[in-house]
Amino acid sequence: MTDQTAFHSGLLNPAAPVPDGLTDAQARPAGRRYGVYRNNVTVSLREALAEGFPSLVGLIGRENFDHVARAYLRQSPPTSPLMMHYGAGLPEFVASLDQLKHLPYLADVARIDVAMRQSYHAADSTGIDATALQTLDEEALLSTRFDFAPSMILIRSSYPIGSIWHYTLRGGDKPAGQAEDVLILRAEYDPEPFVLGPGAGNVVQALQNGASFGAAIDQGGDAFDLAALLNLLLSQQAITYLKN
Amino acid sequence: MPDATHAFPHLPNLPGVGYKPQHFSDILTDPSPVGWLEIHAENYMGDGGRPIAQLRVLAERFPISVHGVGLSIGGEGRLDPDHLLRLKHLCDWLNPASFSEHLAWSTHDSHFLNDLLPLPYTDVTLTRVADHIDEVQTVLGRRMLLENPSSYLAFAESTWSETDFLAEIVRRTGCGLLLDVNNVFVSATNLDYSPQGYIDAYPLEAVGEVHLGGHDEDEDDHGAPLLIDSHGREVVDPVWALLDYTLAKSGPKPLLVEWDTDVPDWPVLADEARRAASALTRVLA
Repeated sequence: MTDQTAFHSGLLNPAAPVPDGLTDAQARPAGRRYGVYRNNVTVSLREALAEGFPSLVGLIGRENFDHVARAYLRQSPPTSPLMMHYGAGLPEFVASLDQLKHLPYLADVARIDVAMRQSYHAADSTGIDATALQTLDEEALLSTRFDFAPSMILIRSSYPIGSIWHYTLRGGDKPAGQAEDVLILRAEYDPEPFVLGPGAGNVVQALQNGASFGAAIDQGGDAFDLAALLNLLLSQQAITYLKN
Repeated sequence: MPDATHAFPHLPNLPGVGYKPQHFSDILTDPSPVGWLEIHAENYMGDGGRPIAQLRVLAERFPISVHGVGLSIGGEGRLDPDHLLRLKHLCDWLNPASFSEHLAWSTHDSHFLNDLLPLPYTDVTLTRVADHIDEVQTVLGRRMLLENPSSYLAFAESTWSETDFLAEIVRRTGCGLLLDVNNVFVSATNLDYSPQGYIDAYPLEAVGEVHLGGHDEDEDDHGAPLLIDSHGREVVDPVWALLDYTLAKSGPKPLLVEWDTDVPDWPVLADEARRAASALTRVLA
């Protein structure tokens, strides 16, 4: 009998023998015929990862990516039929690989790939109008708290990950050396990664954690540009609700 | 979520295509080649965004067939209750004209393999598959169609023919069948039997939908042809001929052209749909 434990055992392990009890039409051992399933599983998962990580593919090249993807999918096959979520652990896996230690920013750029996909499939929401903020008096404004769109995702890094992402997928200027926080926003259906100005990552993170507007902007520091951040959040429909 | 509509209670006996997002504008600009669309259920299980927005628009214009690829109905374990509820949610708001899944498994020990894996045809597997289909039909509150697989190998332990196995599943569960004639051609070539003989033995009265797709050619260890169900090219002439043979016996059916890898520009897929339309015209002549 060839149960599914036996059939499954060789699918992600190329060194495993073909399970017993599988044949061709003449009752000869299945051989390469089993290999079709083995190949289908590996190729379909690898292609799904390549599609989900365009910037990682761009940074290390498709051939290197395929090696990384094959190692990852054998270690961490999907645990859900929703392939849109597959690969969430790949950035951490990339960070653990000795061969890629010389590219320390890779994992954080890969987190943008994950977040872009997550944002793309996130629930729809409607942003508040700018007048909702403008009509608050100063005291009310400082004590208000924000709800954000489910499609908004903040990624903080010690590397210029937003510039690297842009340079890799869209060309443009070579990334400079400083750390960048990236805020992924989806005004309608297409998520876009925005590089935040100085201090804005602290402020957004504080707001996401439920801090009041007044307490959050205190985290911004001297170079923080409040008008620029508010303009970005409002124009991208990111603030969905004000609460006291 | 919009209320489920009943504008399209059945798939029409017309050509449809597997919907790809890159064809959205083309299909709306000239919908004439297709009478309905099929979607892969799992691609529309996010919380929102463009996929679901597009599906809402398409569902107002076309009958939709929801085709699941991840339920693992042939699996040894129980059906994933979370996934079954996701399917129910999708079917409840969309109210599709048809729901179908595969005679295959894809999940084992919590691993999802993203492929349609084969099962032996025995009394034990028959009972298990029938129980799973009962559960699906009960939870979804609708009849489902079960699709025949592409086979690359045989199980020494099988005691049922695939056609008898499917007929018995239909008898026990009341489900319908999705007949993939490309899969029949692929399996018949790979396992050395007559595709027409398969159609002769197949319970055509249960068919609610027919699939067509392209396959690749390879060889096994002994140099025998080994066809791979790839959905990456045009349907080949022998499969169109097998479709004619089938429709002559079954009468007209909803026909779907599947093209899932190396997806072509819309005009190429539209031509395949027109070729399916001419097959339907021939059977009515």
